[in-house]
Amino acid sequence: MKPAPFDYLRAMSTHEALDALARFGEDARVLAGGQSLMAVLNMRLAQPRVLVDISRTEELNQVHADDKTGQLRVSAAATQGSVEWRKSLGNEVPMLAMAFPHISHFQIRNRGTVCGSIAHADPSAELPLVLAVLGGDVTLRSTKKKRVLAAQDFFQGMLMTAREPDELVESVRFPLKKPGERYAFTEFSARHGDFAMVACAAVVTDDAIRIAVGGVADRPTVERWPRLSGDDLRGALNDLSWKLGAQDDAHISAKYRRHLVRQLGWRVIEEAK
Amino acid sequence: MSKTSTNILRQGEAQRVTLTLNGRERSGHCEPRELLSDFIRHELGAIGTHVGCEHGVCGACTVHIDGVAARSCLMLAVQVQGRRVDTVEGLAPDQTLGDLQQAFQRHHALQCGFCTAGILMSCADYLQRVPDPSEEQVREMLSGHICRCTGYTPIVQAVLDVAARRNGRIRSEQGEEVEHA
Repeated sequence: MKPAPFDYLRAMSTHEALDALARFGEDARVLAGGQSLMAVLNMRLAQPRVLVDISRTEELNQVHADDKTGQLRVSAAATQGSVEWRKSLGNEVPMLAMAFPHISHFQIRNRGTVCGSIAHADPSAELPLVLAVLGGDVTLRSTKKKRVLAAQDFFQGMLMTAREPDELVESVRFPLKKPGERYAFTEFSARHGDFAMVACAAVVTDDAIRIAVGGVADRPTVERWPRLSGDDLRGALNDLSWKLGAQDDAHISAKYRRHLVRQLGWRVIEEAK
Repeated sequence: MSKTSTNILRQGEAQRVTLTLNGRERSGHCEPRELLSDFIRHELGAIGTHVGCEHGVCGACTVHIDGVAARSCLMLAVQVQGRRVDTVEGLAPDQTLGDLQQAFQRHHALQCGFCTAGILMSCADYLQRVPDPSEEQVREMLSGHICRCTGYTPIVQAVLDVAARRNGRIRSEQGEEVEHA
């Protein structure tokens, strides 16, 4: 339960971190909050040759709400806690304020980063789900180029993303609250703070519904519907529950996962209406 | 050769790490892969911090980094270079228990005590931010810790008690607020 040996670089600037990623590529791992990576290292499920620590890279520790672009920008080293404890978060990105209490525990959010969770891309994790349902984006940077990908293009499967080995998830951007949009988030897990068995997030307007489901498919899945209700809504949720390809696992059956999609989906949509 | 190579700490090589532990400057040696939890215990000799699961689940090793509660098993010792680290020893600086520890004693909020150091550190940080939490908030904060002895109820009572006292109120042993202090 101790990490295998590695070289360690404390990056003092973005440039230095990118330089190291360009040089070491797949042999390097970026250490931000370390709340997933350190556990993985301790269990030796990963044995990188170099750790590039960006947790004290001041220029990457930024959280900024920009009214002009209508986005909350969170840089790579900013902790979940630094976003969660923003007094204005409920007005800026209400969905984030709803989701944070479900993310692991207070002590983990103190150190875990928002970008780290996005980069890790666990299909049960809350932040990728929120980013996907809100239509946020991910900024990737290497020494050669910078590119911005929509959340749906960034997430490519179980713990798989579009990030190249020489790229850093430099920041993610969550759209700010829009007039006429209402939000809800809920999830079901065995214990408070555990990964969700099923998590659902909904954005509802006067004429449309956007729902995203996490914990079932290999990535957060977003559906766009007109403003359905009653049996139409139940039917759409049932179709969605089958479409996600739920599987049996050590915790719950596929049948129960489908049940949760129908129930939690109904709940978030009705709550957001 | 890129300039990054100069800042790289090589695997297997001992590094000197200097930090402020419970208000005192301390330093020790470690290789890059050494966990902060092991460094605090083995190198600095502060064995009040306990090590349980070593993957961030149990909460026993929780300490403060620059005043913020975090798992010391999910950090490297080299990461605290120049930083302030506080452990359970810092809660009783003059060999007398702090108010939080006294409340734990009063409410029998520990039996074997293995989880207690970490829980105390979480509570100390949390009560700074949320000085008068609800029972639900306390339980949510405690969800980041595993205690196999108490069933958590006495811990919750102790935390609510110390919060009440700090806010000028007193609670009975059954948990009701009985009078104004």
